[in-house]
Amino acid sequence: MRTVSWALTGLLVVGTAPFAAAQKINACGASFPAPIYQKWFLEYGKAHQGVQINYEANGSGGGKKGVTDGTVDFGASDMPMTDKELADAAAKGRKLLHFPTVMGAVVPSYNIPGVTQDLKFSPEALAGIYLGTIKKWNDPVIAKDNAGVKLPAEDIVVVHRTDGSGTTFVWTDYLSKVSPEWKSKVGANSAVSWPVGLGGPQNAGVMGLVKQQPNSIGYVELLYASQNKVPYGMVKNSAGKFIKGSVDSVTEAAAGAAKDMPKDFRVSITNAPGANSYPISSFTWLLVPEKISDPAKAKEIKAMIRWVLTDGQKECPALDYAPLPKNVVSMEMKQIDAVQ
Amino acid sequence: MATPAAVQTAKVKAPAQTGDIVARFVVLFFAVVLLALAVLLVIELFIGSAAARHSLGWGFLTSSKWNPVSEEFGALPFIYGTVITSSVALLLSIPFGVGAAIFLSELAPAGVSNALTFVIELLAAIPSVIYGLLAIFTLVPLMRTTIEPALKAAFGFLPFFQGPALGVGYLTAGLVLAIMTIPFIISVSRESLLAVPRDQREAALALGATKWETTWQIVVPYAKLGILGSIFLGLARALGETMAVTMVIGNDPRVHASLLASGYSIAAVIANEFAEANGTIHPAALIELGLVLFGVTVVINAFARLMIIATTKKGSKRP
Repeated sequence: MRTVSWALTGLLVVGTAPFAAAQKINACGASFPAPIYQKWFLEYGKAHQGVQINYEANGSGGGKKGVTDGTVDFGASDMPMTDKELADAAAKGRKLLHFPTVMGAVVPSYNIPGVTQDLKFSPEALAGIYLGTIKKWNDPVIAKDNAGVKLPAEDIVVVHRTDGSGTTFVWTDYLSKVSPEWKSKVGANSAVSWPVGLGGPQNAGVMGLVKQQPNSIGYVELLYASQNKVPYGMVKNSAGKFIKGSVDSVTEAAAGAAKDMPKDFRVSITNAPGANSYPISSFTWLLVPEKISDPAKAKEIKAMIRWVLTDGQKECPALDYAPLPKNVVSMEMKQIDAVQ
Repeated sequence: MATPAAVQTAKVKAPAQTGDIVARFVVLFFAVVLLALAVLLVIELFIGSAAARHSLGWGFLTSSKWNPVSEEFGALPFIYGTVITSSVALLLSIPFGVGAAIFLSELAPAGVSNALTFVIELLAAIPSVIYGLLAIFTLVPLMRTTIEPALKAAFGFLPFFQGPALGVGYLTAGLVLAIMTIPFIISVSRESLLAVPRDQREAALALGATKWETTWQIVVPYAKLGILGSIFLGLARALGETMAVTMVIGNDPRVHASLLASGYSIAAVIANEFAEANGTIHPAALIELGLVLFGVTVVINAFARLMIIATTKKGSKRP
């Protein structure tokens, strides 16, 4: 009996050894890039035995807070940290660096029984719907851009996010740029005081509400709408053309910003110039502390970022994310060396 | 003669005394710890909400603004949502719960009663999230397509049943809470009714009362305290319920008169926003909301106690 129990204990110790040796890295943050991050981290873990990266998509707000407080090793956010947030983090001893990973689009998805075509939304229509001034689907402001589509005389059910969200920031940043009324009444932030609407948690929650509620509209990251086969509309860009969110239109939106990329990579590309650029596009960033206390973790995180910027970029188009412009990648490679 | 007796008594007394003292202190310790935990909870809530209390003042309780950008916060929509959903829940669950408890204790055969009680107590153990998921997939579409339009058609002239039928909102949240509180009410009320002595029933029947008269006029008033206790237990659960409510209430931080409209509750907003509340005032405001909920619970329980004292006949042996 004794030998059996010793043998079992030995087996247990030996059996868990590989797991003990595995480097576990924890991250949390934006749900906007969550699908590709989860794919990347899974593949990275398979290719690099012994490294396990756990990513929890609890919203950009959660990512910023987690990495500032040190509860996770790195965070992810679609809203770049403000100067105040960076100062707060530095005060806690964590100087954070931004690493753009992909670009994506935030699209207005809708669920209108009987309407299967792509609707065209002007900036005035989107601002009016979310301000609550446009209440019904057959309002003239929406109808004038959608001749030939039978819009019902039903109340619009507006859906927004309940949590601190980078996707919300991208959406409200765009609305603030195109609607002075929105800018003064609501503003741009990851959590705002919404004039109307129902709330859902993360992109998945908003998508769920839109799918369930007839005559609803909600803003989600492109992949959530395309994967769930929910129709999403075209948005009029600054050049006056109605563009649908896609890898190409997002890449074009980033082209201008890529030329003048600031050193800390914090830039907004909403309502970007360009004939075919999609106006509600955004970079999404990894927030990495400059100094990582555990040298083994630091080494792994740096290697992971290099992989993301090279091999990882190839996976983007399949998931409807736009890969980074080449000059941005080379700038980031230099910044990786700053991480210790 | 006296000495051996005195010595013997002394020997027998000592061990019993030590055991008693130890037991007394252990039990006292547990009670004190519980009390200390409750007091510490209130102190922590008070300290944690300091930033919000100083910058928002008493206006916090009456303001309807909830703006994390400009750091203006008001608790009114959440207090309103919590009270409305709990009221709807109680209005629906009291008749069903007490009625079912009366049936299970007085009218049903023993085998049926025990089997049904077992199932009902299982219902009480189901986690909140499961109720929320069930509500989203079954209750919300039912409300949106059938029940809410019917209510609007019948009672649309009242301000309580106006506005679009979304399926989510105060009414649906109240319904889900009612489903969650009914098992508690049934379980505890049934126990109280079963505890009424047989003598009381037999005396009533001997005096010529019918079964229903016995039940309603003798047994139920005797078990009144227990039934009231079960209702307040159910209310306590309804006030603090988080996940099921946030899934079906619509998460809209505004006050609406209509029951069909979407709203928010204190527990739901804390669950949704606390994880990422940044800055100093936003988290403090959420903690202050927790303090408000605690206050609401204390007020309701005090009211319940006063009601019990007022309705208990003078000279009755029961407190």
